Amino acid sequence: MAARDYYSRGQNLLYNRPVLVIFAVIGVFLVFDILRQLGTGTIVVTDLMSYLWNGLVLGMSLGLAGVGLSMTYSILNFANFAHGDLITSGAFAGWATAFLIAGLGEFSVEALVLIGGPIAVGSNELGINVVNTPLALLAGLLVAAALTAVLSLLLDRIVFKPMRSADGVTLMIASVGVALFLRNFLTFSFLTDSRGLTGGNVPQFTIADVTFGGHQITLVVVAALLMLGTHILLQYTKIGMAMRAMAANKDLAKVTGIPTERVVKLTWIIGGGLTGCAGFLIALQQGTLTVTMGWDLLLLVFAAVILGGVGSIYGAMVGGVILGIASRLALVWIPASFLLVAAFVIMIVMLLVRPSGLFSGRTTA
Amino acid sequence: MSKNAHSARSDQTQKGQQEQILKVENLRKTFGGITAVADVSFHVEKGSITGLIGPNGAGKSTTFDLITGVQRPDGGEVEFNDTEITGYRSDQVANQGLVRTFQIARELSEMTVLENLLLAPQNQAGEAVWRAVLPRARTKVVEQEKELREQAWEMLELFEIEHVAHESAGNLSGGQRKLLEMARVLMTDPEMVLLDEPLAGVNPTLEEKLIDRLHTLKERGYTFLFVEHDMDVIMNNCDTVIVMHQGSVLTEGQPEAVKNNDRVLDAYLGEEVKI
Amino acid sequence: MSTGSIQARAEGWLGNNDVRLLVALALAIGGLYALFSVVLGFQLNGTVNTLRRVAFLSAIYAMLALALNLQWGYAGLFNLGAAGFMAIGVYTMGILAAPVTASPPGFGLPLPVAIVAAILVTGVVGGLAALPAIRLRADYLAIVTVAFSEIVRLTLRAPEFANTRIAGVAFGTGGATGLSLPSNPIRILFYTDPAATAPAPNALGAAMFSAVEPLGIEQTLVIGWAYVVVLCLCLGLLYWLMIRIGKSPFGRVLKSIREDQQVTQALGKDTRLFKIKTFALGCALMGLIAILWRLSGGYASPRMFKPIQTFYIFIALFIGGTGSPTGSIVGGALFASLLFEGPSFVRRVVAEYLQLSNAPDTLVGALAELGTLDVTPLLAYSVQDVSISALRLMLLGTVLVYLMQRHPDGLLGHRKAIASSVDLAQQATREDDNE
Repeated sequence: MAARDYYSRGQNLLYNRPVLVIFAVIGVFLVFDILRQLGTGTIVVTDLMSYLWNGLVLGMSLGLAGVGLSMTYSILNFANFAHGDLITSGAFAGWATAFLIAGLGEFSVEALVLIGGPIAVGSNELGINVVNTPLALLAGLLVAAALTAVLSLLLDRIVFKPMRSADGVTLMIASVGVALFLRNFLTFSFLTDSRGLTGGNVPQFTIADVTFGGHQITLVVVAALLMLGTHILLQYTKIGMAMRAMAANKDLAKVTGIPTERVVKLTWIIGGGLTGCAGFLIALQQGTLTVTMGWDLLLLVFAAVILGGVGSIYGAMVGGVILGIASRLALVWIPASFLLVAAFVIMIVMLLVRPSGLFSGRTTA
Repeated sequence: MSKNAHSARSDQTQKGQQEQILKVENLRKTFGGITAVADVSFHVEKGSITGLIGPNGAGKSTTFDLITGVQRPDGGEVEFNDTEITGYRSDQVANQGLVRTFQIARELSEMTVLENLLLAPQNQAGEAVWRAVLPRARTKVVEQEKELREQAWEMLELFEIEHVAHESAGNLSGGQRKLLEMARVLMTDPEMVLLDEPLAGVNPTLEEKLIDRLHTLKERGYTFLFVEHDMDVIMNNCDTVIVMHQGSVLTEGQPEAVKNNDRVLDAYLGEEVKI
Repeated sequence: MSTGSIQARAEGWLGNNDVRLLVALALAIGGLYALFSVVLGFQLNGTVNTLRRVAFLSAIYAMLALALNLQWGYAGLFNLGAAGFMAIGVYTMGILAAPVTASPPGFGLPLPVAIVAAILVTGVVGGLAALPAIRLRADYLAIVTVAFSEIVRLTLRAPEFANTRIAGVAFGTGGATGLSLPSNPIRILFYTDPAATAPAPNALGAAMFSAVEPLGIEQTLVIGWAYVVVLCLCLGLLYWLMIRIGKSPFGRVLKSIREDQQVTQALGKDTRLFKIKTFALGCALMGLIAILWRLSGGYASPRMFKPIQTFYIFIALFIGGTGSPTGSIVGGALFASLLFEGPSFVRRVVAEYLQLSNAPDTLVGALAELGTLDVTPLLAYSVQDVSISALRLMLLGTVLVYLMQRHPDGLLGHRKAIASSVDLAQQATREDDNE
């Protein structure tokens, strides 16, 4: 009886979602292939563990960076292509602050504010890392969050608010314009030099030949805390409920007396704040910063958000982690130059097979 | 338009041959846990005007969607002209000669009335992009366009909306949109038309005109199945009436018989009805 | 009704509005750049070369906007992966046409064969990409296509395919360094042996070169202008093609799909097929145009096919107005001449006429001088290569936002040309039957 039930359900699935079944089969095959390669010794457990850890770090970066994108996507109903450059803006604001605090008196203000770049500041002499200068880093994180939130509000006021009734595509194209502006404003101000950020001895732990970097751990822990906080905020506060209501049905929210404009503002503030933090932490973990950092990440962040399901915070986190780990694990089969390709393929497949994402229907929770 | 074919069809019906053009058997559709259409079976006679009535939420529009391929049924069969069309896409259904209008008139508002009509005919030569472009092949396209233009003007005259021919469809009044929608589906040269509340929001004068056209077209051999809430309209104009209730067919028959059926009355008064 | 009267009407329509507009625009842009050249003290050769460059870019962007307009303006398919399809066209052509002995080796096919094959490949890839993608919402389609174009670019850049051998056939993309393309095919008009290092001019070449030599105009410039003339012919052909498509029953179906897909389908049109065909045709055209673009430079690299390239085309399209072929040309020309090339000329004028001291190293340094009301350090900073390019892109971003806020259908608006191969007004009564 039960077996027959499963059989007919399986048949149904095969009939209705053949693509889904094909990809599931491929997925299972790949897992078995990893086990086989482990068995034959083609890859070693250490490699596999470090793929998983690095994948987790990338995944948490993408997840944290994706929360803000996911929120604006679900509440304002458009794909914000400027999100990547908000990440970069946050990183620049935060690191200028961290440099100022860590290096004041030692180097010129001009050099510190510009985070080195055209005027060399030896990042090793500054020696910023999580053990030496925790306060500078904390201040940097806060400023990154604050400034990105303010920048988001400003952009909303100038660009998006006047076109609140426009359709998603029009808003999306406008956001491409914002992205161009922001990125090149940063280029104009900071020029294109790549900046070294951290220095000194960054602590790291090695367990069973797998290296866990101190800044990697910092990123994972802080990102997890921030996302937990956001979850609590949205789940248990009045404003969080208002946001969820609005994401579910904008018009209904409006007639039930939810102050939609205030909710929109708060969305930008919370989303922008988290995005700034993400930018700062990603730069910390990478140890370098360029003006194209966020733009280069943007498609991956989109992929994470779509994978998890637009509007879902856990979705962004889980989507990010799955994508991060999957794209690192892909190194088992493909060369490193195809890492991004693998991630994009995963996203495209996801959009084709299940466009609503893994956590579909759970908006902003 | 093949007028001869249509008059031949109407001759047949006058001879009293009871040919069934549409057969719906045990149609079923659920959304999540909600059953929209539980078990619907009915037949429509060729050359008839058949009414489909029932209280709100009886599943009439969903039944239309299932027949015309807008949605896939979970079970059951639809047969049109002895061809099984269950699960066909809506364009395939339309190409069989079975077309529909929508409950809320969906004119293509940025196109003119004439463009709306010219869009509809099936298998236009110029719908192949190379024919639309290559000079030699294009002569055929232009010839056909002229024919279609001719038909379109006839259709406009039939519905008396020639004066808005060059107007953007978006600028029409509600009633005119209904007329346009009717005219547009007829331009596909169908055998049968499903009309989803064609008279909703139409003023009495226009309503009379529309009903009059319905009978004219019936004479030409078209078959109509239409959803309507106005009982008088249904009773005065339909050959057969099908009553739906809670996703199933409650009864089916001549207008008089249906009118006097107690269960139909109960259904409309919101009483529990055992099917 | 005779075809003659249709033609007469078509000519009347063209003569009255659009062609006049396009000619006026070309004259205005030409005048502006002639003025730039005078201000900058160019010789005749420099002036003519400036005009050539602007005309070249205008024609290319006008054509790209036309192709994109087919997809977005006509059918409502949001293809944010234009750059990827352009890359597929150029690289397929390049690899097929490259000599077997070159590094990386190619297939050594004659150029015309390679071009036709490349167009076909791009179209087929576009069709295959559209197969699953057209079901998606516009914003998801945008993300999928931009991701697709990045996949193409990253694959072309990957060292693994730079110089490879698959199934015994050696070929390569050249990786990050790029790919050499066949030399400019227009040279065949002017030289007896265009492949030679110092080719001898043929009769036409000799006549042309000697005619312009006293004016100080170089041979390469004659060739460049000949290429632009060919491009303008292509542009004219494409424009004509787009108007034909727009007015055909095919275009009519696209117009209605853009408005309401469900209704279109309910009227018996297989909307998926129409969308796939349109997408494939648009992509094939992008491949061809990209080939025309790169053949004049003789070189292609993955850097040329970043998403920004797609955004450029969209800006051109939005400036002109979606849904209108004339708008696409206007948009392409305005984009190329004012937004793309304009800033660097403004910068040259500034540098020429203001005696700018050495630029400060940083923006902070430049701003510090503002306190003394001296703007020249800031100006000097702004006209550096990096900063002027950043300012130009900031301008582009601002234009895009402005257009979306004020004119989402473009400066010329969403024009409502009637989609029919015959004049619908002409035969308002049935008396014409007797004609």
